[in-house]
Amino acid sequence: MCDADNTTTKKTIRVATGDRAILPEGAKTIPIYIMGKKYDVPETLTIMKAMEFAGFKFLRGAGCRGGICGACPTVYRMAGDYKLHYGLACQTVVEANMYLAQIPFFPANRAEYNIEEIGGAAEAIHALYPELFRCVACNLCTKACPMDVDVLGYISALKQGNIKKAAQLSFDCIQCGLCASRCMGEIPQYHIAQLARRVYGRYIQPRAEHLAKRVEEIESGKYDAMLQDLSAMSKEELEKCYVEREREPDMTAPGAWQPKETRYL
Amino acid sequence: MAYTPEMKELIKRVEATRPERLARARRGENYPALTMAEREEVLSKYHPDYQSDAKRTVQVGPNKGDTFQEGVARLLESRSIVRPDKVNLSTVDFDTDVLVLGGGGAGTSAAIMASQGGCRVIIATKLRHGDSNTIMAEGGIQGATQECDSPYYHYLDTIGGGHFTNQRDLVAALAHDAPLSIAWLESLGMIFNKLPDGRMDSRHFGGSSRKRMQSAGDMTGAEIMRVIRDEVRNRSNLITTLEFHPAVELLLDEEGKCAGAILMNMETREFSIVRAKAVVIATGGFGRLHIKGFATTNHYGATMDGVVMAYRAGVGNKCLHSTQYHPTGVAYPEQNVGLLITEKVRGLGAHVLNIDGEQFCFPLEPRDVESAELIREAMDVGKGIITPTGRVGLWLDSPMIEELHGPGTVKKELPAKFIQFERHGIDISKEPMLVYPTLHYQNGGINVNGDSETIIPGLYGAGEAIGGVHGENRLMGNSLQDIITFGRRAGRNAASYIQGGVTLKGLTLDHVVKFEKELAEAGIEDPAIAPILLPDYATEEVVERRWTEALTDRAALR
Ligand SMILES: Cc1cc2nc3c(=O)[nH]c(=O)nc-3n(C[C@H](O)[C@H](O)[C@H](O)COP(=O)(O)OP(=O)(O)OC[C@H]3O[C@@H](n4cnc5c(N)ncnc54)[C@H](O)[C@@H]3O)c2cc1C
Ligand code: FES
Repeated sequence: MCDADNTTTKKTIRVATGDRAILPEGAKTIPIYIMGKKYDVPETLTIMKAMEFAGFKFLRGAGCRGGICGACPTVYRMAGDYKLHYGLACQTVVEANMYLAQIPFFPANRAEYNIEEIGGAAEAIHALYPELFRCVACNLCTKACPMDVDVLGYISALKQGNIKKAAQLSFDCIQCGLCASRCMGEIPQYHIAQLARRVYGRYIQPRAEHLAKRVEEIESGKYDAMLQDLSAMSKEELEKCYVEREREPDMTAPGAWQPKETRYL
Repeated sequence: MAYTPEMKELIKRVEATRPERLARARRGENYPALTMAEREEVLSKYHPDYQSDAKRTVQVGPNKGDTFQEGVARLLESRSIVRPDKVNLSTVDFDTDVLVLGGGGAGTSAAIMASQGGCRVIIATKLRHGDSNTIMAEGGIQGATQECDSPYYHYLDTIGGGHFTNQRDLVAALAHDAPLSIAWLESLGMIFNKLPDGRMDSRHFGGSSRKRMQSAGDMTGAEIMRVIRDEVRNRSNLITTLEFHPAVELLLDEEGKCAGAILMNMETREFSIVRAKAVVIATGGFGRLHIKGFATTNHYGATMDGVVMAYRAGVGNKCLHSTQYHPTGVAYPEQNVGLLITEKVRGLGAHVLNIDGEQFCFPLEPRDVESAELIREAMDVGKGIITPTGRVGLWLDSPMIEELHGPGTVKKELPAKFIQFERHGIDISKEPMLVYPTLHYQNGGINVNGDSETIIPGLYGAGEAIGGVHGENRLMGNSLQDIITFGRRAGRNAASYIQGGVTLKGLTLDHVVKFEKELAEAGIEDPAIAPILLPDYATEEVVERRWTEALTDRAALR
């Protein structure tokens, strides 16, 4: 090997690329226990990247890698402490002497229904999920939720028939299943919440009337010729139309403003 | 993870230069923006799209002669996972009407519409149903639903934003269907941000002439995905979902129609053959190729598989040379790496700084230029900040915002970012953020027409996997609309194609044989084996300890 390169002045920087972690010079490692087995990994990594650093390749247990898909629920405790903690492997940073295991899947009952027919009454939800009433309000579900959703709160709201409240309380749910894994009543909370949100969106939240009107206009073919004309224009003509657009003012409320040019509305 | 003591030491340098920089900012002075010529230079030298060094021309297939990033070119010129002559195509494991590849937003909408048309559908997806880029989208979805707006203006905004390079029939389809898509989602029970009377609380976005962005909190993509996935689960009589079952090759019939695909069960490593009268490619983007080593905002399975499979079957692509990089992705803390930091931070006056706390660029250059300048400062000038996990980043001096606009502004204007960092012990109203460009969106993809059809009868495409809708630059909110518009069109048109009567002839992989012959003739040495399915994040040390050289049988260890 020729060593001539050593004399060049520019030093090449070794940096982590993509999602592959490296152990930069001088960085510390800490021991973690993946399913009981010890690995030394760089501090500040997430559990997900620490496991990859240790040599694991995910098949299950990794999805978005950004805290929103719910593929990576993880249970852990610290050495010498009985307390269980819950988190997402892609969002939780490793700590020394953490004992961890992923729960990438947890069986939960899901009922089929027809959104066209179900209607907006809570009784339909109760009929599909009678186990809702097995809730003993132990609150383990809420404690396990990595998204800080008030799981017990929305389950209680549903028991009382308050679909709107349940929809709002459960909105941040990423359906990772940790709640169901902890539930004494064997309730599939996140499936019930999904149903409640769809019922709310479909039957309870007011419909957008301007949208229904626009759909009618489109279906009547109102815009077909306009779109065809645009597609037939030269680039220069298009540019001219583009530059001449009026811009809706920032501070007006949606629906309040009308442009001067109304031919293309 | 809060900043380490070493990093806090470095932040002192930022604080040391801040008063002077603030004084300049208050006088309305900023670091000078580049001239057009200088822009050209920094782009050509440092922007990943422009650098010719890592680009090359592909020598085979429908896009022969076109230039792509090395990582993309390598996959276009790749071999199949299977040896076509050894595959027994006479045993069919699944017979169906429509096979949908990809369980993101585009594939899931296609499946629902195909089942609506009376078809039996299989969704084959790589990870779990919904593990996708769709579920990650936060901002919103476009659709000209308000009275002051119309498909006409949606069309204009989109094609102007794409520098008029978009494929026009696709733009027309998008603008036309957008309100229909929104109404469809509403009827499926999606919860939109609405005013009390039900009106969509729509907003402006970069490049919009009308407030056209509708949203569901700051998790619009997740809400879309949850709702349509739930709808698929209600249709189990017609739709079967195969998770961890990516497609690895398309199948044609002897007449050249698309006729199914080979799937791989990633858990058991078994292969299966699906015979289908129509196939929809909805496999999403390529962020996980980490073009030139960039971090990405994309999900784990974004590896360009659909484009690769279609290419071998003779379907080319457009605009695939063009990648959307966002200049300010998070470089620290590790949990947020690659995630976006909105342009608004710089809009509010935050400077971008090097390790010495010095400015080196005008903070509001166009996205591509800004990205190139950050890359230059870190990699060429060598003034980046190295994190404990070995990443490189530059400071984004968010505390300036408090000084310029008053205390509390950061929290008020950037609530989600504030919380995201606060959770990890970083108060961005007091400490700067560490950023680096991140790979965000595959602007191009396979060729389809406005009806989502490819040139192969029975083969459709939708979503991030297709090219031309956005031209070389995508507007925010248009890709969530793209997946619903073209997903629905693909599903509906596949169903009517089948209703028209489709008789499949014998299955073949001849297209793969032919393609591999071309590879050999072009003298391509050591082609990649693709689709790659998942990125490999094993460290060099781990790979070394796997003794790959000393193994008797490498395959046995896979
Ligand atoms: C962080 C982030 C924020 C975004 N924000 C916005 C926004 O605010 N507004 C907007 O409009 N757009 C946004 N986008 C872009 C938009 O979300 C995506 O472009 C779009 O959702 C892509 O949808 P898709 O269905 O085409 O692909 P995806 O949703 O990625 O789905 C593709 C699916 O195919 C699967 N797959 C891959 N390969 C195979 C194979 N070989 N066989 C079978 N299945 C396979 C994948 O695993 C995945 O499930 C954002 C993207 C990201 C990443
Ligand atoms: S991988 Fe999606 S939440 Fe962690």
